[in-house]
Amino acid sequence: MKAEATYNVKTAPRTGADLLVEALIEQGVDTLFGYPGGAVLPIYDAIYRAGGSFDHILPRHEQGAIHAAEGYARVSGRPGVVIGTSGPGATNLITGIADAMMDSLPVVIFTGQVAKGVIGTDAFQESDVMGITTPITKHNYQVQRIEELPRIVKEAFHIATTGRPGPVVVDIPKDISSTVHEAKVDASFHLPGYQPTLNPNPLQIKKLHDALLQAKKPVVLAGAGIIHAGGSEELSKFVEAYELPVTTTLLGLGSFPGSSQLSLGMAGMHGTYTANMALYESDLLINIGARFDDRLTGNLQHFAPHAKVAHVDVDPAEIGKNVPTDIPIVSDAKAALEALNHHPSSKLNHNDWLEKTQANKDEFPLWHQDVDSEIAPQWLMKKVHNYTNGDSIVTTDVGQHQMWAAQYYSFHQPNRWVTSGGLGTMGFGFPAAVGAQVADPDAKVIAVVGDGGFQMTMQELSLLQERKLPVKVLIVNNQALGMVRQWQESFYDKRYSHSIIDTQPDFVKLAESYQIPGYRLDSRDQVEEILPSVLNDPHPAVIDCRVMQEENVYPMIAPGKGLHEMIGVKR
Amino acid sequence: MKRIVTAIVHNRSGVLNRVTGLLAKRQFNIESISVGRTETEGVSKMTFVVEIEDERKLEQLTKQLNKQVDVLKVSDITDKAIVARELAMIKVISNPQVRSEIQGIIEPFRATVIDVSRENTTIQVTGNSDKVDALIDLLRPYGIKELARTGLTAFTRGHQKQVAEIKSYSLLK
Repeated sequence: MKAEATYNVKTAPRTGADLLVEALIEQGVDTLFGYPGGAVLPIYDAIYRAGGSFDHILPRHEQGAIHAAEGYARVSGRPGVVIGTSGPGATNLITGIADAMMDSLPVVIFTGQVAKGVIGTDAFQESDVMGITTPITKHNYQVQRIEELPRIVKEAFHIATTGRPGPVVVDIPKDISSTVHEAKVDASFHLPGYQPTLNPNPLQIKKLHDALLQAKKPVVLAGAGIIHAGGSEELSKFVEAYELPVTTTLLGLGSFPGSSQLSLGMAGMHGTYTANMALYESDLLINIGARFDDRLTGNLQHFAPHAKVAHVDVDPAEIGKNVPTDIPIVSDAKAALEALNHHPSSKLNHNDWLEKTQANKDEFPLWHQDVDSEIAPQWLMKKVHNYTNGDSIVTTDVGQHQMWAAQYYSFHQPNRWVTSGGLGTMGFGFPAAVGAQVADPDAKVIAVVGDGGFQMTMQELSLLQERKLPVKVLIVNNQALGMVRQWQESFYDKRYSHSIIDTQPDFVKLAESYQIPGYRLDSRDQVEEILPSVLNDPHPAVIDCRVMQEENVYPMIAPGKGLHEMIGVKR
Repeated sequence: MKRIVTAIVHNRSGVLNRVTGLLAKRQFNIESISVGRTETEGVSKMTFVVEIEDERKLEQLTKQLNKQVDVLKVSDITDKAIVARELAMIKVISNPQVRSEIQGIIEPFRATVIDVSRENTTIQVTGNSDKVDALIDLLRPYGIKELARTGLTAFTRGHQKQVAEIKSYSLLK
């Protein structure tokens, strides 16, 4: 605080870093996730001098910063903002940048860069951020002149948050952020090459409406595009008007209430039999805001083979990329649904279809086995749902625990499910939970993580301690890389090559070393006795829950198989 | 199938890297690429010749290029009336005895000799890629010491002739 006495913010000359800080404030940014270092020292100095303008979250590894920013973006709907230094700071962010790209999350990343004069000389802590991030960003910039910094910041936020959201990197050489600048700058921008189409073509909407009236077996596939567009209410209105069965993608969970009679659950590799058979048998598939990922479609030859396909997507390049489309609609999901709802609805003649999908729901439910008092992970997820009334924010890594959470924690609202879908990133769930809790301090946030993934980013426990964030870390601990182990069991004749990890830290003691309460649950009795109060406690906690190691995720579409060839379906 | 695709882009550093990186990432095989400035300040034009499996892949290519913030317009001009040219410089081993013979070969191609030394003659030829290929084939027996080609650059003619194949312009295809 002494610095303020000798430093007058008002009269001090403004540096590039000050311009950056002003541009961030102008964008309404109040939260930064970042880690200081040599090349961003001028920026951190400007942040310091800007006083309490930002809540700055300091992770213990840059990967934690960017996953937290992704969680923040997912829950708040506002862009996550990340600062990293040059070289290793920037390269440590790469996993998260790629993750945000695959899951279309709006994140703006500022990386420091060595001074312009030494770029290209392999200077200390130099890395080619532009070259490295070009294939994994929606767009990226390296600031060349101080005058263009305010415009670039504006453009970066505009590009990250509009159309199909995505990560944008702004690389700032140290001399740009430290140079004093006096002149007035013009921050207005014009991007003729970037004009996303947000409203649907009325003719195409009419075509879809006509096809709907003809359909005998229609089904809606709801993707994350609906959540990004804030179109959940419009979706409910649309499907209720026509009584359409709805399946969601993994990332689309919560776009439509899982509790609705019309919900068939999640589709795809570990989706429900009902959802996958509805896609397989349908004669009209209405995909809204999903990109036909291979984990959803299975073998493309058998994907919705009898269906006319309508695809609503704000990114025209997704339409026809994987699945040939009969009715393409380039549009924001909400705008398209509003346009559809504008047409007078009429009753469809599809009662047989509705009855069949409902019957499938009853006949082929998700199932699992209970063994003695051992904790079945599926049972655990159902319990977590019950103890939290199904309205907490759940974040996960990738793997078995992710699929069990997706299957058994039924989501009723959007923006409550934060998972790494596209990139499938271990270590995502816990820092994402930190960002989610920062975005929504009153929410109950549960990081459902595997014992493997948690060990990739568990150093961020510091943040719970430091920021008093009441995140609950629920380790679904099977002492193995569960999904790897499952695939080795199923497809590699049980050759468990390096997938069993039974040397682990004592997670309870680990938590306690951060002054966070730790619990170990070994039996169902303990879960029922301890978990409800811990989950509803206003303090952080680490819960090491020992589940059955041999348990597998079912049902499943094996690799190369079609939607109708699910294994592990129980009648 | 071979396609000629043009892209109008902002002339900014990294744009070529972004565009070629995108094509590599999506497994498109670029046969040639040429870039240069246009009549508009700050705007460049890229011409790609790409070998592509089918229409769907082609659609992906143009859509992915169009997604780039610095790309202003993408056109597949293969089936249009176009002017397309490539420039090649060919250094041929040539003692004085064969020089006039070479001159006779290149004349029908309207190619020109742009440098002569004791052992070599350098020839410049412009035209479509087939013509350039043909001349190179004819010169090969003399011994080609060095060869540089610019890749195709192209745009549509001022007047587009009537299309005979209506299908590709129909909404009903």
